[in-house]
Amino acid sequence: MGYTLDFSVVWHAMPALLWGCAGTVGLALAGMTLAMIIGVAGVAARDSRAAWLRALVIGFVEIVRNTPFLVQIFFLFFALPLVGLKLNPTVTAIIALGVNGGAYAIEIIRGGVQSIHKGQVEAGYALGLHKGQVFRFIVLKPALRAIYPSLTGQFIMLTLTSSICSAVSAYELTSVAQRIESDTFRSFEVYFSVTFLYLAISWLLMLGFAVISHRFFSYPTR
Amino acid sequence: MAPHFGLPEFGFLLRGLQWTVLLTLVAFVGGCTAGLAIALLRTCGHKGVEWITRIYIGIFQGTPLLLQLFVVYYGLALTGLKLDAFVAVAIGFTVNASAFLGEIWRGAIQAVPRGQTEAAMALGLHYSSRMRDIVMPQAIRISLPATIGYLVQLIKGTSLAAIVGFIELARAGQIVSNQTFQPLLVFGVVGAMYFILCWPLSWWGSRMEARLALASQR
Repeated sequence: MGYTLDFSVVWHAMPALLWGCAGTVGLALAGMTLAMIIGVAGVAARDSRAAWLRALVIGFVEIVRNTPFLVQIFFLFFALPLVGLKLNPTVTAIIALGVNGGAYAIEIIRGGVQSIHKGQVEAGYALGLHKGQVFRFIVLKPALRAIYPSLTGQFIMLTLTSSICSAVSAYELTSVAQRIESDTFRSFEVYFSVTFLYLAISWLLMLGFAVISHRFFSYPTR
Repeated sequence: MAPHFGLPEFGFLLRGLQWTVLLTLVAFVGGCTAGLAIALLRTCGHKGVEWITRIYIGIFQGTPLLLQLFVVYYGLALTGLKLDAFVAVAIGFTVNASAFLGEIWRGAIQAVPRGQTEAAMALGLHYSSRMRDIVMPQAIRISLPATIGYLVQLIKGTSLAAIVGFIELARAGQIVSNQTFQPLLVFGVVGAMYFILCWPLSWWGSRMEARLALASQR
């Protein structure tokens, strides 16, 4: 069987693929933002006095972490219209990524908040800092620093997971690749190249996260 | 008239579940074997070999599992081998598992105190005995929570075989959902099946992690 690889189709489709990359990054950033909101709200609810609220958060985290993202996005895809939300696939994908990432963010952020010693907060008050300052400088910033590696690792996972959103035909890189594949029948060439576009995206994200970390968190702790 | 979700449909999902379990087992066993080789190469002390395995792991960790599956699936088709869909996706998951397990065990091997290796060398043990009798038994203990964590990820990951058309649990769910027009019920049941598979493993893994953390405090 004489199959010759032909990567020129990929080259011709490069503008569309780069737009797909932009779609993936946009989808991922929106998903991360929603995940952070759910994460912070979830941590607050996880330590609330209402037992039912705590149980709800624990149940949510366990369900999301122990079922596949593909099943979650299918479920949301059909469930959201039933509650009156007729959304386009890309918005559905953002919600699915946010809900999925949020469950992981709850666990990570909770670990960070627990890592702050109570004595530090008391020391802050003793030094005459007011409530907002104690929260910002003594709780939030050190907690963020402590969880930064796992949180950004989770964000990169979320970006890679966003490829599954092609299953509901959200606008992102994999769905663009699938369209090109069905136009050209060059499955291997297209997917092989797109894999490396994803690699470039995750490298750029890692670089970006490292720059942010260097800018905000490079101070001595002792 | 569309059929309602009943016993035959449930049975179809159960058969999908069987394939999910089988796919996971094949990929896990294959991934453990290849992953062990990767971990040993990654820590062998030879700069060039360590770099190559590092790049291998980096590629698998930096790209989506779905795309890896596509590349293996269509790449194998190009070789002219007439492979069963199951074999093709099983190979895809095995390669992915080898990279992730290789990285987990690399970390575990390096977490074993250096003194252990040095003592084994001082006793005159050669490489294979040093690894088999001294380092690996301790490394496996250290790596167990992360390995179980990856197993859960693998079970969930096998759902992506649905996208290349292999009928496992998620694809079976799609088919039944299209037949019955009851997507919420069907995907709810499918989700519950995955949950029953994954949750006990997750629980076991985190309990073991807590125990190991406690042991290392003493």
